[in-house]
Amino acid sequence: MTVKKKKRSYIRAVILLVMAGAIVFTIYNSFAGGKSELLQVGDEAPDFTLVDLEGKKHQLSDYQGQGVFVNFWGTWCKPCEKEFPLMENQYQVYKDQGVQILAVNIAQSDYEVRQFAEQRDLTFPIVIDKTKSVMEAYNIRPLPTTLLVNPEGKITKIITGEMSEEDIASYMEEIKPE
Amino acid sequence: MENVQCQCGHTNPPGTKLCESCGRSLTEKDQNSKLVDMRYEGTARRSQTYNKSIIDKIWNFFSSVKVGVSIIVILLVAAAIGTILPQQAFVPASTEATIQAYYADTYGSVGRVYHALGFHDLYSSFWFIALVGMLAISLVIASLDRFVPLYKSLKNQRVLRHPSFMDKQRIYGSGPGAEDTLEKAETKLKELKYNVRTDKNGLLAEKGRFSRWGPYVNHIGLIIFLFGVMLRMIPGFYIDESLWLREGETRAIPEVPGYYLENKNFKLETYTGEGEDARFEEAIDRVGTVVKNYQTDIVLYQEPEDSLPGATDNLEVIQEYPIRVNQPLKFDGYAVYQMDYKLNELKAMTFALTNKETEESLGELTIDLINPVDTYELEGGSTVELLGYYPDFSGFEDGEPQTATPLPNNPGFLVELTTPETPAGETSFITIQNTVEPLGENQFKLTFQNADTRNVSGLTVRKDSTLPILGIGGLIFMIGVAQGMYFNHRRFWIQQKADGTILLAGHTNKNWFGLKKDLDRVVDSAKLPAYTDQQDEIDKAEKAEKEGEVSS
Repeated sequence: MTVKKKKRSYIRAVILLVMAGAIVFTIYNSFAGGKSELLQVGDEAPDFTLVDLEGKKHQLSDYQGQGVFVNFWGTWCKPCEKEFPLMENQYQVYKDQGVQILAVNIAQSDYEVRQFAEQRDLTFPIVIDKTKSVMEAYNIRPLPTTLLVNPEGKITKIITGEMSEEDIASYMEEIKPE
Repeated sequence: MENVQCQCGHTNPPGTKLCESCGRSLTEKDQNSKLVDMRYEGTARRSQTYNKSIIDKIWNFFSSVKVGVSIIVILLVAAAIGTILPQQAFVPASTEATIQAYYADTYGSVGRVYHALGFHDLYSSFWFIALVGMLAISLVIASLDRFVPLYKSLKNQRVLRHPSFMDKQRIYGSGPGAEDTLEKAETKLKELKYNVRTDKNGLLAEKGRFSRWGPYVNHIGLIIFLFGVMLRMIPGFYIDESLWLREGETRAIPEVPGYYLENKNFKLETYTGEGEDARFEEAIDRVGTVVKNYQTDIVLYQEPEDSLPGATDNLEVIQEYPIRVNQPLKFDGYAVYQMDYKLNELKAMTFALTNKETEESLGELTIDLINPVDTYELEGGSTVELLGYYPDFSGFEDGEPQTATPLPNNPGFLVELTTPETPAGETSFITIQNTVEPLGENQFKLTFQNADTRNVSGLTVRKDSTLPILGIGGLIFMIGVAQGMYFNHRRFWIQQKADGTILLAGHTNKNWFGLKKDLDRVVDSAKLPAYTDQQDEIDKAEKAEKEGEVSS
């Protein structure tokens, strides 16, 4: 009889554990957003290739060995506008130390992007994601969103929202190759 | 708790109400009642009987029907609350802050409280999912706790029951019988498709036992259904994304890696009331325009296997297709539906360069609002240089024109006009029906001529790999319902005592009328004693008592 009771307790514990596990799993997934391939810190940054204003192709993997500061933006986005001069300042400091900026514009016209860049004397490459495919691959929602990619091609930070110049400097320091 | 020893000598597990072997009532309360409670055959529900470890306590909690019903009620109330205001997925805002502002602005303090309590995303809140999960646990445990003892009890039931079990059945009768009464009853019952077992001086006839499994089959269906719903939360199983696609645009399809859609053309056709549509004329006169067709002509592209996101120069055309309402584009497990549209979004604007005084035109230019260029050359040697373009002009900030969105809803242009007469150039800022001359009075201006527009298609991308699972769950659920509802578990116990007296009892889980009809035929052919419906007797007695009280 006691063996039977023990067995019963054991079965009950297993059933309860399995079901509680299923609930926790479901809740976890619903908070992860249920998106496929949601990017996380530590993931390999998905490779992409986009064309800049001069017609030059930029492929993320070409910058392996350098830290890449990938910034998604649009001309209508006010925080993006405020960040750009600060990014330019820090680009001047870090570009010789192996940090690259790739500013990815979301599907705007060449004219608007060029005007924007020229007015602000931006020297880092600005590429346009005409079909929003890179935006989809990176699951970008709010603008601006910045991803820090280290020299090994791994994402070390995902920043949504505006950054101060100190932030930008410290981020570039973080992904600087040794 | 101790095991219960019945007078017949059988040892029953604690909590048993009717002896597993002979059917005697084991509790004093049951012994004194006129009818026995046949639920779960009087077996001990396992959960009530052991209550020691923490696991047993949790188990017992979920085994309770009261708890199960409470969870259902709470879920119903919560689900109802979620329908009072629209859920966040259906409000025209996308970021945390704008969603919060939307509820506050649109619904006032009610909206603010609603949002603060998290009801704007109720169905994916952790507590709602946890409640559904608890319902699932309750279904499994309550079913197991009832199904196992019931199954064992019905499987092991004896033919001969104690007279005290028989005379407490709702259908009961006793009286003298002949020598061949039992045999005749057996033949007739078999004819009526009963399974008949005999033992010494008695028989047990049974039909439709499987109807007792109905509720448990039903619960299995529900669990499978809930499992399917759970899978929806796992990436890759369920996609429901919307995509606004403008005519001429090619865009990556959200959540569908490697595929692109181009909107060639969107059209909205209405019934004209002429020709073939003449028969609808009356209706059209009555209600105004009636839409006949919403259609987006699309081209589906796929990028080559080794291609990277962003590389769009080598896309392969997979198919061209007109997406219409209820005629989605289907490919690779995905479906793209026509859901919404916006007509006449600005696409290009044509201006004439005119002398303000003489109104003489020096030529026309068309600015493509989607893809403007730096300089527009006119025939007579004049040029219009685009110094700035603000597709959705929203005012000035520090003297700089601003744009609120990237869409050409309210285009603003900063232009420099150069003509043979004014080689130095004149600057003007143009928005719809308004021209500002920031650097002083100009001789020339751009006069609006006409605009080109384009339409926008609202498409929805869907994929649901859980549908087969939901379908199977639903089917099993319905089978369980039918099994429990349309079939009855009917049983008769007949015994002949040594002195020839026949004892007769009957029980069914539902449809007593059908049971009596069967029994009447057996009584007729086998000359069984007349029976009574003891529940009817009790009801009648109670009614009479009440009436007696009223009249006295």
